[in-house]
Amino acid sequence: MSYRAKGEEVMSMSRRNFLKLAGVSAIAGIGGAAIAGEVQKSVLETTQITPKAGALTGKRLAMVIDMGKLKSVEDINRVTDACHRIHNVPHFDDPKHEVKWIWTETFGHTFPGQEHKFMPEDMKHEPFLVLCNHCEYPACVRVCPTKAMFKRKDGIVMHDPHRCIGCKYCMAACPYGAISYNLKDPRLAKNLQEYMNPEFPTRAIGVVEKCMFCFERLAKGLKPACVEASNGALVFGNVDDPASEIRKLLASKYTIRRKPELGEEPNIYYILG
Amino acid sequence: MKIYNGGKILVGLIIFGALVASPFYLNMGKDRATEKPDIKIDTPEILKLKNKQCIEPKELMRATHMKILDTWRDSIVRNGESDLILISGRKYDKSLQNGCMKCHSNKEDFCDKCHGYLDVKPTCWECHIAPKEKKS
Repeated sequence: MSYRAKGEEVMSMSRRNFLKLAGVSAIAGIGGAAIAGEVQKSVLETTQITPKAGALTGKRLAMVIDMGKLKSVEDINRVTDACHRIHNVPHFDDPKHEVKWIWTETFGHTFPGQEHKFMPEDMKHEPFLVLCNHCEYPACVRVCPTKAMFKRKDGIVMHDPHRCIGCKYCMAACPYGAISYNLKDPRLAKNLQEYMNPEFPTRAIGVVEKCMFCFERLAKGLKPACVEASNGALVFGNVDDPASEIRKLLASKYTIRRKPELGEEPNIYYILG
Repeated sequence: MKIYNGGKILVGLIIFGALVASPFYLNMGKDRATEKPDIKIDTPEILKLKNKQCIEPKELMRATHMKILDTWRDSIVRNGESDLILISGRKYDKSLQNGCMKCHSNKEDFCDKCHGYLDVKPTCWECHIAPKEKKS
C-alpha cells in the first residue's frame, strides 16, 4: 500500500470478491431471461387449441384431369366459375388486367411440341383446362425473394400475400403462366362489387395470386372447388398413398403432364379423351 | 428608428404567424384527439352468448391482439395448422375474417374507433372482407 498516495481511497472490493459477484450476476441474468421467456410463452394461457378433425392431409397432393369428361364449354365454365367465385378472383374485360387461377388453353399451348397437323381436328381446338401445377421443384418458389411463394409439407405451392412485394419474379419463372398480377385494385372489378365470398379474402393491388389447391377447403375436409364442380372429371388426392383413388387412376390409364422436360415435376396429370 | 419596407415586413410577419399557428386555431373546438374511443361489444352475436369472455381477458386482448393475429396468420398460412380455437366449449376458426369478426361484427365501432384514435393504420382490410355493418 505504500505506493498509494496518501489520502487516496483504497478499493473496497478485492479482485476475488469482484469476480464472485460478476459470476453470480451473470447466472442471475441468464436465469432471469429464461424465466421471463417462460412467462412470455404462457401469456395466452386461457386459449385452448384443438386440432381440426377430418382435415385432408397428404404428402404430395396431385390432380388428374380427364379431358374426355370435359367436352363441352359449359362443363369447363362450371369448373372455372366455381373456383373464381369462391376465391373472389376479379374479372376485368381488359386482357392486360386478367387474373386467373384456373383457365383454358388450346392443345398447342398446353402441350407445346406435341401438336402435329394430322391430329384430330377437334382436339386441336378443344379448350384444355389448366391451373397451377403445384410442381415438386417449383421455379416460382426458387426465385421468390421474400419467400411469399413457398411449398407446403403437403405439396401445395402456396402464396402468402402478406409477404408478397409484387416483384413478379415468380411470373417470369413459371413456365405455365399460372400466376397473375393485380395491376388494378381487384375490388374495383364488377363481379366482386356484385358478390364477394365473405369467407375468403380478396387480394390487394400490387400482389400476385394463383391457385392454392383450395388449402382452406382441404382444412375443412372438403375437396377443391374445381374437383367438386367437375362431376368426376377431376380427381384429386395424395399420390404418396398407393391405395388412393388417384394412384389407381394413374396406374390404369395413360396420362401426360405439361412440359415435363423442364424438370419441375408438375403434379397435374392429363388423360386425353 | 425607421424600418425599411416596414409595411411589407409587417404583413409578411402576420402571414407567417398565422401559418405557424394554423394547426392550433383550425383544430380549436374539435377535440377528436382527446375524445376517448367508445368501443362497443354489444353486437347481436355477442349478446346471444352466455359466457362473454373472449379468448383472453380484455386487457391482454387490447395489448396483444395484433401479436395473436400475427401468430395465427403464420400458423395457418405458413405452417398449414388449421386448428380451432376453443372458447368455453365453442369452437372458432383461427382467423380474423372467419373467427374474430363472427362475434365482433361491428368493425367501425370495434376496430376502427381505437385504431383511428391511436392513428394506426393496419392493412388487414385491403384484402380481408369486413362483415356488413348493421345500422342500429
